[in-house]
Amino acid sequence: MSDTTPISEESVQAAVDAALAAIAGAADSEQLKAVKQAHTAEASPLAALNAQLRQVAPENKAAFGKLVGGARGRVNQAFQAREAEIVAEEAERQLAAEAVDVTALPSRRAVGARHPLSVLQEDVADVFVGMGWEIGEGPELENEWFNFDALNFDADHPARAMQDTFFVDPVERHLVLRTHTSPVQVRSMLERDLPVYILAPGRVYRTDELDATHTPVFTQFEGLAVDKGLTMAHLRGTLEHVAKIMFGPEAKIRLRPAFFPFTEPSAELDLWHPTFVGGARWIEWGGCGMVNPNVLRAAGIDPDVYSGFAFGMGIERTLMFRNDVSDMRDMIEGDIRFSQHFGMVV
Amino acid sequence: MRVPLSWLAEYVDLTPGTTPEDVHEALVRVGLEEEEIHTFDLTGPIVVGQVLDFVEEPQKNGKTIRWCQVRVAPGDGEEAVRGIVCGAGNFFPGDKVVVTLPGAVLPGPFPIAARKTYGHVSDGMIASSRELGLGDDHDGILRLTTLGLDPEVGTDAIALLGLDDQAVEINVTPDRGYAFSIRGVAREYSHATGAAFRDPALAVSDPLAGALEGFSVSIDDQAPIRGRAGSSVFVTRVVRGVDATRKTPPWMVARLKLAGIRSISLLVDITNYVMLELGQPIHGYDFDALQGGIVVRRAAAGETIVTLDDATRTLHAEDLLITDGSGPIGLAGVMGGAATEMSAETTNVLIEAANFDPVSIARTARRHKLPSEASKRYERGVDPQIAVAAAARVAQLMVDLAGGVADTTGSVFSDIPDRQPIELPAGYVAGLVGFPISADDEKQALAEIGATVADGADAASPVLLVTPPSWRPDITDKSDLAEEVARIIGYDHIPAVLPVAPPGRGLTVSQKVRRRVANALAADGFTEVLAYPFVSAAQNDLFGAPDEAEVAGIKLANPLDGTVPFLRTSLLPGVLDIARRNLSRGFTDLALYELGSVFRPEAGVDYGLVDLPGVEGRPDAETLAALEASIPRQPRHAALLALGNLIPKQPGQPAVAAGIADVLDAARVVAAASGAHLTVRQGAHKAFHPGRTAELFVGEQSVGFAGELLPQIAAELHLPRVVALAELDLDALTVAGSGVIEAEPVRAMPAATQDLSLLVDVAVPAGDLLEVVRVGAGELLEDIHLVDDYRGAGVADGAKSVTFALRFRAADRTLTAAEASEAKLAGAERAKEAFGATVRE
Repeated sequence: MSDTTPISEESVQAAVDAALAAIAGAADSEQLKAVKQAHTAEASPLAALNAQLRQVAPENKAAFGKLVGGARGRVNQAFQAREAEIVAEEAERQLAAEAVDVTALPSRRAVGARHPLSVLQEDVADVFVGMGWEIGEGPELENEWFNFDALNFDADHPARAMQDTFFVDPVERHLVLRTHTSPVQVRSMLERDLPVYILAPGRVYRTDELDATHTPVFTQFEGLAVDKGLTMAHLRGTLEHVAKIMFGPEAKIRLRPAFFPFTEPSAELDLWHPTFVGGARWIEWGGCGMVNPNVLRAAGIDPDVYSGFAFGMGIERTLMFRNDVSDMRDMIEGDIRFSQHFGMVV
Repeated sequence: MRVPLSWLAEYVDLTPGTTPEDVHEALVRVGLEEEEIHTFDLTGPIVVGQVLDFVEEPQKNGKTIRWCQVRVAPGDGEEAVRGIVCGAGNFFPGDKVVVTLPGAVLPGPFPIAARKTYGHVSDGMIASSRELGLGDDHDGILRLTTLGLDPEVGTDAIALLGLDDQAVEINVTPDRGYAFSIRGVAREYSHATGAAFRDPALAVSDPLAGALEGFSVSIDDQAPIRGRAGSSVFVTRVVRGVDATRKTPPWMVARLKLAGIRSISLLVDITNYVMLELGQPIHGYDFDALQGGIVVRRAAAGETIVTLDDATRTLHAEDLLITDGSGPIGLAGVMGGAATEMSAETTNVLIEAANFDPVSIARTARRHKLPSEASKRYERGVDPQIAVAAAARVAQLMVDLAGGVADTTGSVFSDIPDRQPIELPAGYVAGLVGFPISADDEKQALAEIGATVADGADAASPVLLVTPPSWRPDITDKSDLAEEVARIIGYDHIPAVLPVAPPGRGLTVSQKVRRRVANALAADGFTEVLAYPFVSAAQNDLFGAPDEAEVAGIKLANPLDGTVPFLRTSLLPGVLDIARRNLSRGFTDLALYELGSVFRPEAGVDYGLVDLPGVEGRPDAETLAALEASIPRQPRHAALLALGNLIPKQPGQPAVAAGIADVLDAARVVAAASGAHLTVRQGAHKAFHPGRTAELFVGEQSVGFAGELLPQIAAELHLPRVVALAELDLDALTVAGSGVIEAEPVRAMPAATQDLSLLVDVAVPAGDLLEVVRVGAGELLEDIHLVDDYRGAGVADGAKSVTFALRFRAADRTLTAAEASEAKLAGAERAKEAFGATVRE
């Protein structure tokens, strides 16, 4: 230890000054680490001064000890302060370096879409489920008994020929693609306990060529309620409720006399709304009526005890005037633009 | 049904100024839906003119035109006589004709202007019936004298010929046969507006009608259909000495035309006119062509008739015939025969006004594809009480217009069963329609529709005894009466009351699964499509079974497109079609899905039933079971398709091409949304790439396939080489995934993770290896997944190094590394036993 500097206020101050200057001069954590090595590690002037404390006369030990300890404390404090600064600066630099153009980020997950016909069908179903109704279903390929006979379509009645039915070969075996969701009415009355309140949405088929307003495959939703004391007033109340939920509180409905084999009295249902394309006007929405007593009988229900109402509307038609779809083919062809425009809602 | 307003006004009061729209609006309230409005579609000036003189001028094109001087207005005015060029040659000086003056517009539209032609300025046009929209007459221009008209020159020809009339078209529902007549619509209009109705049937008065006799008619129906005789009414009568060559008066032509019926000849026009007016189809025979009396009978199978369209028709034993001594002379209620047809030479006419069984007529019309104005009315029911009046009306018109003489030769057969009154309990109607109706209002409404109403005898349970009018065969039940009362009073009186359903159970498991699957796939980047279910036999064969097994399919008897007559057994053909359509519209990156039913008949089963049960009451359990069994299985499937790029090229992101992995992932999404756990095995399907096909299982049950379309098929379909496809049986997944899930406790002790690399033959599927390691590692293993599959340097040819990451955890303690290693090696040991795998150090 030939080159040791004796402990003195001056020598300690010099070492401290040198250390503080070095700490202040460190620009980054790398340099700071070197500074730390040079000014606080074993070979540093302060460490050397500290080591000399052992040789200091006992009467000076306390004073020198305090002098050196204080100096080390000051250096360490400065070091920590500078370190914190550097960490913060460096973190900031890193964040700045990591900045991206959020408008140019890659999209790694395409957004898909539901078909609006499906979503609308679910929305309608939810209105009814909310009223305590249940969703009834049945096969699309049906026995004529369910599609016609049990619904009071006499085999020779013109109404049966008017349905433009797809028949399965051979026709003598009486299988058809259901022409309406009404066979679900029959199935529901046969399978469920009374009272019955069901909504039956689903695909139906008629032999119409596809054009702007027709499609051979389309979707209906049909409601059936069979209970004691049901009247046309309940039918109207239900339809009015649905119309207002689907189209808004300004929607109005109108019933006018019509004919369907499975209802008596029967009515056409017209819907009025101020925002329809083409102005506020009445649009034919569907058919409805009180369940024909013959239909109740075919399902084993006594028409003198129970009465019922039923209604049926087209989902495509509803979508057309609710969402301003002008061409039926857009809903049918599967062009992804049509569905993607709607996304997950309708 | 088209209703000329002038005709309607004869039988019900129309307020002056009533428009076609007003009539539509009134009729729709009582249930006759509006369709079109029909007019002659012309505007004047169109006037009566008189040909003063003309010069014939041969033209270079071979035609000869006439340069005519035509007086179109009385007096000496400058424009009272006009020069008009006319190409027709069927008129003489002095003839009164119809002149369309410049400014008029004929149907077409064909505007008339003064124009230079054949060296003259033609100041208008002399019109033919055809040009006026009145008929197909090719005889040249219309000479008013042939219509028996001699109006003043300058008279408005539009009004003269009835061309100012308009018709409303209404849609007549199948229960309202009576509304296929002016009589019926007039009555309905009266119901809607309260305007006074005058029954045209009562307007016919004919002293001879009660005295018809001497013509032999017998109804000999040996095979009534469904127990109903073929004919219940048959009235005949004779008019002699008619001049069949007379022209039909213009008012009748105009009305027929507006009603949609072409004028043919005076005699035929009269029969059609009366049919439209009263709803009673009329057939007229050339009386002199008949051989003896008429017998109405069923055809013998194979018997033939030449109908008046000159077609020879082979008859069915159910066809009802009108016959005379020569054999069949008419297909009853559908079409007459050629041999006894009225013609220009006819002088004596036999008029037939009959009533035939609706079912018999409907079947015959369908069988021979001969829907006619007559059959349309018979199918829906003709008023059986109108026949005598209708025959009298025809006779009257033939006397008045064709110069005939009616006599008493004829016959009246009538076997109409009395209608039984319907019991209508007091309060029933109000209880069904939902608003109070007084007994008086109810009676009044029923009387208005023509029903006879009487009070029941039992005062304790009051009922009305209601006998519907003869023209309403559709009214058979008290519910029918309720509709009549409600529509006469007005559906607008029905209040709105929301019924309260009993508490419901919400959506079914299957319904919830379908919603979850649909939403999950859309969230996963797939777009929902809905394809038609019509496919070809080849499409069903290819996609309906993975192997060469026979694919049974349901075939439609009347497909719209004969190339796709089958119902789909798989969703994939439809989704591929839609993919191709999108590609053709420029969308090269596609991810599509469809949820829908497929139709899966079993080979060798005859579906359907020949004899259907009745509808008198609930079928018994056995019958219901037979009905159910008559329908093939229609499971719901989910189909997935991905092609092009799943992720497109973007800054810092290379394109990621879609492939089998993506549809497999989506299949897992489907399974997860169904609550089922999918396992994947190497599979084989004839429509799929042999090396890129996965068969999907829930437990040991196969639930579908995922893979890439066989490239050759993709090429044939003009699709890119890689088309990733999957199809799953959603119903099977739903069953597998249903039930309440039992929770697993979440263990909070620290986990130990270790990797395990196994050397194994390349042929061993990594998934199988994983499964045996999982089983071998035992209960401590919490998770295992594949992290690497390495082949190459350091690994022998024919082998691969498969690395799994394993995570172990104990329920009750911190695992030691030794414990985890022990469990891992137990797994490796099982892999060795199963596949000869060795641990790669």
